Amino acid sequence: MQTSDLVLVIILLALVGYRLGRARAIRVVGGSRLVRRLHSLPAYYGILTALWCAIPALLVIAGWQLLGDRILTDAVLREIPGHVHGLTSADRDLLGTEIENAVAGDATRNRGEIMAAVSRYQVLQRQANTAVSVACIVVALLGGVIVWRRIKPQLQARNAVEYAITAVLLMCACVAIATTIGIVLSVLFEALRFFERIPLAEFLFGLHWNPQVSSAASGSESFFGAVPLFVGTLLVALIAMMVAVPVGLFSAIYLAEYASSGFRSVSKPVLETLAGIPTVVYGFFAVLTLGPLLRDLGQSAGLAISTESALSAGLVMGVMIIPYVSSLADDMLRAVPQSLRDGSVALGATQSETIRRVVFPAAMPGIVGGILLGVSRAIGETMIVVMAAGLSANLTINPLHAVTTVTVQIVTLLAGDQELESPVTLAAFALGLSLFVITLLLNVVALQVVRRYREQYE
Amino acid sequence: MANRSPIKTDRTKQERIAGSLARRYRTEWWFRFCGRLSVFIGLLFVVCLISAVASRGYPAFQQTYLRLTIKSTSDPTHNRAAGSSVKLEDQDYGALVKAAMRDLQPTVQGRPALHQLYALVSESASRTLEHRFEKNAHAAESDQVIWVLALDRVDQYVKGHISAKDPPEVRGLSDDQLGWIDQWKARGDIQLRFNSGFFTSGDSREPEQAGIGAAIVGSFLTLLIVASLSFPIGVAAAIYLEEFAPPGRWTGFLEVNINNLAAVPSIVFGLLGLVVFIKFFGLPRSVPLVGGLVLSLITLPMIIIASRAALKSVPLSIREAAYGMGASRVQVVFHHVLPLSLPTIITSAILALSRAMGESAPLLLVGMVAFVADIPQRVTDPATVLPVQVYLWARSSEAAFVERTSAAILVLLTVLLFINGVAFAVRRIFDKR
Repeated sequence: MQTSDLVLVIILLALVGYRLGRARAIRVVGGSRLVRRLHSLPAYYGILTALWCAIPALLVIAGWQLLGDRILTDAVLREIPGHVHGLTSADRDLLGTEIENAVAGDATRNRGEIMAAVSRYQVLQRQANTAVSVACIVVALLGGVIVWRRIKPQLQARNAVEYAITAVLLMCACVAIATTIGIVLSVLFEALRFFERIPLAEFLFGLHWNPQVSSAASGSESFFGAVPLFVGTLLVALIAMMVAVPVGLFSAIYLAEYASSGFRSVSKPVLETLAGIPTVVYGFFAVLTLGPLLRDLGQSAGLAISTESALSAGLVMGVMIIPYVSSLADDMLRAVPQSLRDGSVALGATQSETIRRVVFPAAMPGIVGGILLGVSRAIGETMIVVMAAGLSANLTINPLHAVTTVTVQIVTLLAGDQELESPVTLAAFALGLSLFVITLLLNVVALQVVRRYREQYE
Repeated sequence: MANRSPIKTDRTKQERIAGSLARRYRTEWWFRFCGRLSVFIGLLFVVCLISAVASRGYPAFQQTYLRLTIKSTSDPTHNRAAGSSVKLEDQDYGALVKAAMRDLQPTVQGRPALHQLYALVSESASRTLEHRFEKNAHAAESDQVIWVLALDRVDQYVKGHISAKDPPEVRGLSDDQLGWIDQWKARGDIQLRFNSGFFTSGDSREPEQAGIGAAIVGSFLTLLIVASLSFPIGVAAAIYLEEFAPPGRWTGFLEVNINNLAAVPSIVFGLLGLVVFIKFFGLPRSVPLVGGLVLSLITLPMIIIASRAALKSVPLSIREAAYGMGASRVQVVFHHVLPLSLPTIITSAILALSRAMGESAPLLLVGMVAFVADIPQRVTDPATVLPVQVYLWARSSEAAFVERTSAAILVLLTVLLFINGVAFAVRRIFDKR
């Protein structure tokens, strides 16, 4: 039986279990008019039966899905004739992988014994499938029947069901933890393997970045000094923030303090669409419109600006970040109590003086936090720089040149069908680790700043 | 001292204040001007971006077609026994197309000139013919008028992106070819028609055949995974954190963790997907399943944070009333708090989905940059998504792809606008409080 069919059968059994459990709960107290004598509502007894019916059986299926291939491969390997027993465990693993690939239909160059193993594997697989199907259904029936028989008025069905619900909720919350652990472990381990080959100091302080994708073939040496990438990233982020901070703050101030409610209700959503536009679109705009425009402007001013430059990427990225800065600042400005403004105006301050001396400092924590989050977004942004900033690792702070960033290099090193073992591929994980650490630090600092300032004003 | 200060100093102070007023008002004006300018810059950019994309993209919704007349006499099935449904070879259709092209311009003689003539029709023409003949068994019995795609350069010329004044190596068409095209245009043998192929076909090396059909289906499949995973898990996690989690270190740690996850760059999630899903679990590359899993992890923190806010905004009185009636905690949450906050939660989930729809960087790392010509059928077929298709076309140097890229962006933006509209409508319709 196919897994999906099996799951369907289990669900059907669970539904039947629900009906039967509910009916029995009503029957044991002697009819639907006496349900009050039950500890819980009848439906809870039904749900409990269904849960006991479904969950153990589904666990069996999940376990088989995870481990089944390995168990089958082991079984096949054990049956392979004598000369194989002299193999080392690594050879065994290799053979196992080969068999699994052949079973999956990747039959490119199969030897006779592999084919024999494959047919044996398929026979075993069929038998195992039948066994697992039967086992599942038996487990489901067993679980359902045991609970069903135990239904009596004193059984605390609701508590049990609610316990199960809470457990599921907790598991869902733990997915977030699992994600973090997954990120840290996957990136960290690959990065550590990179640092086994390339010393950390060379990576952090080396001034030359030139990974050769096929270093063995071309003979030229790979260089993994990431300083040009860090400088490029910071340069682009700096340009972006030079656009986003003033424009974002001033538009937040204007919208929060000056604009009429009609103007605000129109322009705020329009500004916020800037955050909803996919970043490829910004990248395309930078390549297609802004890059050539800047190049032509530069030519008329006697400057050589390449079409792909830190400037065009930074400017476009800055526009993308405007709403991140402005909407947070806007919220913070509006959260400042009106009494502060009234007090300041009553003392004779003009509106701009009130904003600069009173409202703005009071809203400072949120604004700084928003800016720092904007910086972390600028550092982690990928598509705009991939399309508009270029690929050459120049160590330069001239915004008119092409630069490359950490994210661009991650994409260029990994967006192919490369093997996961070469230092070039592992370098991407080292870059990913540095990116993760930097953005994490920025976020932590942002939250700290917000907290400390907020204490001053509360 | 201050309260015995003579009137004289007061007067000078007042004078000083009056004197500074002009400067202060000027500052005020400038301040306000900067605010107006900033808002204007933001709005201007939105307009610029959309008009730049739209002006380049809208011609792609039309495509140049050539009218070919397939003569019944030139039918190779003619000499076969009637009623036998023997399939024609590809070459036969190619020959039919060539013959029809010669009919269009009968004066052309000589191999090089004929070669130039044949080059003007798209490679897909013979396939178009094949479809027509397969669908209609009697098609070969009479003259058939059939519209086939023209070469992308012809399309560019007809739309005015290439002009006769350009040097031949730029425009890629010879003077003879331009002359023929002009004649056909005058005769009505060449026409701009609605480009339905753009929405139904997959990617292609030939710009005139390339479409976003495969990318749209890929996006849909990916979003299906995202919606079915991140929405239930996200809402459940939010409920746990907001309603059940005992206050303490563990919960605080979870909260900090989720807030940090929300700010991790999306490309790092791509690295995670590459190592965990592809390398560790052995899932295939380039498939919507893996892309959807990665995007689910990205959207999860957004949904959790928004759902928590929504749950928090349910008034205490409702909880207390429910508890007062003897409801358990689970009942309070699932019968009262969750239904009340659901419109807001759904709205934010849809918005998170629209973020996922525009995301492309992590998908590059899990291999969804593959060249996909076939429309994916399952979540385990190789696929690409709309934003990645935009990225792929944007890298291409051919001028005809610029138009397609812009048109794909227009479609992407329209879909996003629609999704956001739905989110807005959900909140409007269902939010009773």
